[in-house]
Amino acid sequence: MNMRKFKRRLSRIIPGGRQMVIGVPFIWLFMFFMLPFFIVLKISFAEADVAIPPYTEIYSYLDQKVQLLLNLSNYAMLAGDELYIAAYLGSLKMALISTVLCLLIGYPMAYAIASARKELQTVLVLLIMMPTWTAILIRVYAWMGILSNNGLLNGFLMSMGWINEPLQILNTNLAVYIGVVYSYLPFMILPLYANLVKHDNSLLEAASDLGSSTFNSFWKITIPLSKNGIVAGCMLVFIPVVGEFVIPELLGGPETLMIGKVLWQEFFNNRDWPVASALAVVMLAILIVPIILFNRSQAKEMEGKE
Amino acid sequence: MKRFRFSSFMLVAGLLFIYAPMLILVIYSFNASKLVTVWGGWSIKWYVGLMDNTQLMGSVVRSLEIACYTAVAAVALGTLAAFVLTRITHFKGRTLFGGLVTAPLVMPEVITGLSLLLLFVAMAQMIGWPQERGIITIWIAHTTFCAAYVAVVVSARLRELDLSIEEAAMDLGARPWKVFFLITIPMIAPSLGAGGMMSFALSLDDLVLASFVSGPGSTTLPMEVFSAVRLGVKPEINAVASLILLAVSLMTFLVWFFSRRAEESRKRAIQQAIEEGAADSWKQPDVRRAQAPEAA
Repeated sequence: MNMRKFKRRLSRIIPGGRQMVIGVPFIWLFMFFMLPFFIVLKISFAEADVAIPPYTEIYSYLDQKVQLLLNLSNYAMLAGDELYIAAYLGSLKMALISTVLCLLIGYPMAYAIASARKELQTVLVLLIMMPTWTAILIRVYAWMGILSNNGLLNGFLMSMGWINEPLQILNTNLAVYIGVVYSYLPFMILPLYANLVKHDNSLLEAASDLGSSTFNSFWKITIPLSKNGIVAGCMLVFIPVVGEFVIPELLGGPETLMIGKVLWQEFFNNRDWPVASALAVVMLAILIVPIILFNRSQAKEMEGKE
Repeated sequence: MKRFRFSSFMLVAGLLFIYAPMLILVIYSFNASKLVTVWGGWSIKWYVGLMDNTQLMGSVVRSLEIACYTAVAAVALGTLAAFVLTRITHFKGRTLFGGLVTAPLVMPEVITGLSLLLLFVAMAQMIGWPQERGIITIWIAHTTFCAAYVAVVVSARLRELDLSIEEAAMDLGARPWKVFFLITIPMIAPSLGAGGMMSFALSLDDLVLASFVSGPGSTTLPMEVFSAVRLGVKPEINAVASLILLAVSLMTFLVWFFSRRAEESRKRAIQQAIEEGAADSWKQPDVRRAQAPEAA
């Protein structure tokens, strides 16, 4: 009797299975993914200080007065300094062009995989997937050896007699484009394939029965049906590339201005945490629309709707 | 027909583009010459030299340790998240929850890394934990971001599952937890394995998050490689990189092998069940239903 009462009381305190199942991942993600953004926002309004940690508190309590001190100079500096603006624009341009390149290269590849034999498809998907599990660092490093002045590519071109002196490719924007497209191509192909493989071939057959040309049905049926895959793939490339650090750092040169690299330098080299935070807040503000677009397309995928 | 040939050509060219640089890297790791661009014959001296590099070996052990913890935690967390997203369709804050699960997939790593570091610093000030940053903080960072990948993989699998099996178990009186562990988990086991290996690999590879949230004395392998690579191409790094590539391809192969075997045994079981069912005199409309997972 007593035991039952105790159990009932216990069940009131301990959340039920349903709440637990929702609660554990929710609290974890809230704690370690969402809450940190608010701290970044807070510190972006602080002032750099020679202390540990190297910033000032934005609120203080003194003589029964709570003072909130919002320092806007970090943002004013971002808006006023051409370097930062150029870095944001450079990142966006880099991300935009590489996304288009990835789509142009990735779509035919995804299409070819989706129309291959079933057995072959699994192998091909794994071949595409494997590089995404390998460090971007290593794949970018591989290109350093190929693109450098006395690297393989220049050596090959010179031995063929096509050029007389080595082309400067490493440490230019071209090298960054190559590196970005190379590293992010799988992220474009995988969602496209996942979408294309679900398509119903009878639609294309019906179109061709009614006299539509192959290109016409591709353009008017396959492309519109794969819209979700295209959005997911483009966002998976575009958003991370805007904040990319490793590739511009290793392959880029002085002309490569990208915001991820600037943020890294502000944080690690200048130890200016508030400015780094402000940079992150502005980057997030720029990316919020693409991120929401991506989340929408993922939610649709997860619920299995088209 | 013409477009088909064009896309096949692109596929072959694309795969070449993806794999040629890695292949070149592996070949050059066996280069005897100290100059990385000049071929000086075959040699394994760079691999032997790695063994003596205690600092590097220490970071390898540390990275492997973090990757193991991450794989376990990310699978648990990601599976829960995937289960919530696919099975519990209505609760307060579901849209927010869905956003929180998938956003780490695309969030630039510099932002996640910076924000987590600031969180840890603020926590250390307020509750005195974590006193120093190291394996634990890197583990938390990696788990958060790998759980998103696990959630995507597992939710894809959960969606394919035939709900009627779980419903049958519940009709027969099994509690939800029992159903989950005895029915759902075994059926999604291949994707759990794939998610775990993926988390392991992602954690082993991560440079940016680890750089932000690690403390002094807890350098991971990618950080070690990065500081060496920054100064140019080095033969020792070629050897390390080749070993990582080898480990990852081995894991990929294992994932493929086990998921294929699981798939085959599943198909065989379904086939057997259908044959047994057909052997019984009473024909069931259910046969069509049992075939559905095979096609999927």
